[in-house]
Amino acid sequence: MLRQLETSRSIAEAVALCRPEVVCAYPITPQTHIVEGLAEFVREGRLRPCEFLNVESEFAALSVAIGASATGARAYTATASQGLLFMAEAVYNASGLGFPIVMTIGNRAIGAPINIWNDHSDSMALRDAGWMQLFASTAQEAADLHIVAFRLAEELSCPVMVCVDGFVLTHSYEAVDLPVQEQVDAFLPRYEPRQVLDPAIPVSVGAMVGPEAFTEVRYLAHQKQLRALDLLPELSRDFANIFSRPCGALISPYRTDGANTIVVALGSVNGTIQDVVDEMREAGRSIGSISVGCYRPFPMCAVAEATAQASRIVVIDRSLAPGMGGILAADVHMATQSNPVRIFSVIAGLGGRPITRSSLRRVFETAMDDALGQLTFLDLQTELIERHLERERKMWNTGPAAENILYDIQRIAAEIG
Amino acid sequence: MFEVRIHGRGGQGVVTAAELLSIAAFAEGKYAQAFPTFGSERMGAPVVSFCRWSEHPIRVREPIATPDAVILQDPTLLQSANPFHGLKPSGWLLINSDLTTEELGISNLFSTECIPRLSIIPASSVAVRYLGKPLPNACLLGAFAALTGLLNIDSVVRAIREKFSGHLASRNESAAHACYDIALERSLAYVETA
Repeated sequence: MLRQLETSRSIAEAVALCRPEVVCAYPITPQTHIVEGLAEFVREGRLRPCEFLNVESEFAALSVAIGASATGARAYTATASQGLLFMAEAVYNASGLGFPIVMTIGNRAIGAPINIWNDHSDSMALRDAGWMQLFASTAQEAADLHIVAFRLAEELSCPVMVCVDGFVLTHSYEAVDLPVQEQVDAFLPRYEPRQVLDPAIPVSVGAMVGPEAFTEVRYLAHQKQLRALDLLPELSRDFANIFSRPCGALISPYRTDGANTIVVALGSVNGTIQDVVDEMREAGRSIGSISVGCYRPFPMCAVAEATAQASRIVVIDRSLAPGMGGILAADVHMATQSNPVRIFSVIAGLGGRPITRSSLRRVFETAMDDALGQLTFLDLQTELIERHLERERKMWNTGPAAENILYDIQRIAAEIG
Repeated sequence: MFEVRIHGRGGQGVVTAAELLSIAAFAEGKYAQAFPTFGSERMGAPVVSFCRWSEHPIRVREPIATPDAVILQDPTLLQSANPFHGLKPSGWLLINSDLTTEELGISNLFSTECIPRLSIIPASSVAVRYLGKPLPNACLLGAFAALTGLLNIDSVVRAIREKFSGHLASRNESAAHACYDIALERSLAYVETA
């Protein structure tokens, strides 16, 4: 049924339809509304049997999920930003032990400086932790991907993060078509664990593995992720058959046929990019875009094929690897090594800075004129940068950069005002 | 696409107002998107929220810079910022106040190129009467329906009923109707003199 809801609420509804048996939560903006919704369903008896656990930290939240999953329960949690970092050790354990936990990430920047707004720094920090990472580009996908995620996780016995842009998506009120229980039950069978801790059949989980086999365990984890590249399109077809809409594609190309320039991005910025693609196509420019829905495993072949005819790729990264540049851009480079293509890396939307159509269009046009640098920071305020660099040239004890820049902003505003 | 920007202070229901608008637009079969400016929520701090609706699916996710309508929940915000920034030349402007344009000091704020269709509604005062608290949301949305004619008052009421329940819903509903009537009278009067 189509309902106008906050996306966090839609996610809570979709997760509840997946019949999780254990939900553990520690509140952190911007994912709090999701677990609040689930807590409400459990209290009202709408979601049962399900145990909702308030824990004392994110580390505990995921540790409880690991414990629950080890006993054969379908387990769910959600977090963001510093919360994800705080549970980092357990994040590696969940994947290393092969427990199919689903966790929503309400994507948010990482401090310092303290910043509660959206970017992808949090899930990027743990992209190599062995979890699969799916990115939602719309409110509908934010809900649907959770249903896909549980099936994917359980078929491969590997945990999945569903990455949803914090605030931009989690706090947006939009119409979402929520499935009914029968549809979800038809898509997502009962959880049959591959490994379970049961006193009746005693086993241990979590052996110490030395140099004699650590590489092999890791190799298998890699192979398992690669299997997801075949499995996900299958699940996507299954999903479309039952729910009458697509979800869970590795990549979603938009107007890429014959496009000289292709924009590649993760998450909700793809909607804005598609609007700009339409504008530029109308103006006769040869441009298309690709939304990467599955980031880990990275769909190397799909990206290479979809960009094979393009002469330029502009990669929008909502995170930064300081000292290197765009992280998704590096992956796209790797995927397109054999294509004769120029890749431009654009860092955008850090710490909640809005990514606007006009700024995107400007950067795409510049790329198409081959006048864009290899690495660009969208809407960078160069005057602020210059002021700070000048300060550093003049004195040694400059004090903290963040505070100085905030002071400069006030001073510039006063000069103008 | 029709775009509304709402300015108020933390605790006044600025975010809820945008959500209610989106539910009302959705009730009329439109695609609608509402979202807040994101920040550390504090009582009394300036807050902005947005709502856009369209006959077509909405993909864009940028803040609204050139709104078709601005709703100002708290006129004291005029002292520190210009909430009308970017308002389209013939856009709608709805202000919550017991004062006149002259008393608010905004009569000279608009040029001949930008003459918004303006309505000033004592939404907080009416809200106190109906809700016992100066929460102007329902009043302003009722007035918005009357001022613009773009959303039916029944859709606004439907949104209120979806978001609230019991006494809170019925009292907000009455407040919305009261301000709908006030705005209808005033906006007609405004159009005649303009």
